[in-house]
Amino acid sequence: MGALSLKQFQSPLLAPFDLELPAGECTILSGPSGSGKTRLLRALADLEPSQGEAWLDEREKQTFTGPEWRQRIGLLLAESGWWSERVGDHFKHLDEALLARLDLPIESADWEINRLSSGERQRLALLRLLSNRPEVLLLDEPTANLDARNITRVEELIESWRNQHQVAVLWVTHDLQQQQRVGRHRWRIDSGRLNLDSAVDR
Amino acid sequence: MTLIQLTPFDLSLASILVVALALLSHRLSLGIEGRLLIAALRTIVQLSLLGVVLKVLFIQSHPLLISALAIFMLLVAGYEVMARQQRHFLGIWGMGVGTLSMFISSFTVTILALTAIIQAHPWYSVQYLIPLLGMMLGNTMSGIAIALDNLTHNAWQQRQNIEARLILGHSWDAAIRDIRRTALRSGLIPIINAMAAAGVVSLPGMMTGQILAGAPPMEASKYQILIMMLIAAGTGFGATAAVWIGSKRLFDEREHLRLDRLSQPKS
Repeated sequence: MGALSLKQFQSPLLAPFDLELPAGECTILSGPSGSGKTRLLRALADLEPSQGEAWLDEREKQTFTGPEWRQRIGLLLAESGWWSERVGDHFKHLDEALLARLDLPIESADWEINRLSSGERQRLALLRLLSNRPEVLLLDEPTANLDARNITRVEELIESWRNQHQVAVLWVTHDLQQQQRVGRHRWRIDSGRLNLDSAVDR
Repeated sequence: MTLIQLTPFDLSLASILVVALALLSHRLSLGIEGRLLIAALRTIVQLSLLGVVLKVLFIQSHPLLISALAIFMLLVAGYEVMARQQRHFLGIWGMGVGTLSMFISSFTVTILALTAIIQAHPWYSVQYLIPLLGMMLGNTMSGIAIALDNLTHNAWQQRQNIEARLILGHSWDAAIRDIRRTALRSGLIPIINAMAAAGVVSLPGMMTGQILAGAPPMEASKYQILIMMLIAAGTGFGATAAVWIGSKRLFDEREHLRLDRLSQPKS
């Protein structure tokens, strides 16, 4: 369960804005490159300083410590960082069923990070994030390096996870078809402002 | 045995060797002849000045004058630590991290050695305090400079990995732990190597000096052992303090990684 609401939130490159990410629903964020989408996600996850209020359900961000907030607000960056040599070292526990849903074998726990393809990295980074049980998901182009079959797998996994755990999802993607497939609400950054893309909100 | 006095002529002979090296550097276009000559000149001027200052302090050993010299040495060492880093901390922390760590380690270890081990009278007697402090500062300075440079360099290089851990809700302490360990190890390796090679490969400076001055070799050995232990402890504690303060400074109160607190690298 997790709804994220922002009041007069200020992130780099953007004018202050209000935004609601309802629990269990997926919101699309789009905008030209360099418009500050990634910076916005980083600020929402409290990875860098920001101003304004951010509420997770009934609690304001400042009542959490930085690590407590970040553990709940799961951020998936386009480029994932890996600090140890083997895949398994980065997980509290590796769920075999989840691995299978993204077409990864249980042996992938022993794989070396350096030998992963970019697609494997991306899928494993998503699983690493989910195994951390966040209450909100901020996804920065989570399928950018994937082939069509894996895009479908990732989309289905995120959708079922969202329904099952009632997490709010903010999904950054350029792909118009994907925007229509996965998103319920659509926001767009245009010249430093965050606007509801009302024409397509359904 | 008495000390054979060196004349200015003797020193000129030795200096001619450095000038010859500078000429060679010029011929081979190594481009370091300028730096070499300036460093040599600094050695001559600084050590001559120190000789004069110590001569005055030997006659007029007022605690205030001794403290003033000690603090001056500490500040120069603090500046050196900052100057040796590719990316140093901005503002007061640039000199602060190294100076504070050296103050904590070098000063306490030196005072401990003077009061509890050597037991000179008075304990701040110039003849013991300044040489001891000088050796402590010189060595801890190197260790701390290497450790801090390693810390900030790796934090910059591995920012993605540090942030990956922060994103998952790890504390700043967990996120920087591996980098901190590597930094500390790199700061301690020179003194460990020096201790391992002492007496077999290298004849350490202080022992050489005492033997030249006519001290019995066994006494010189004992002093050298004492100094090596103090330097190892001082470097270790100093580098630990520096790396700890430095790594904490890399994060703010909400545990964001704040690489903007580091300077741009020198070109």
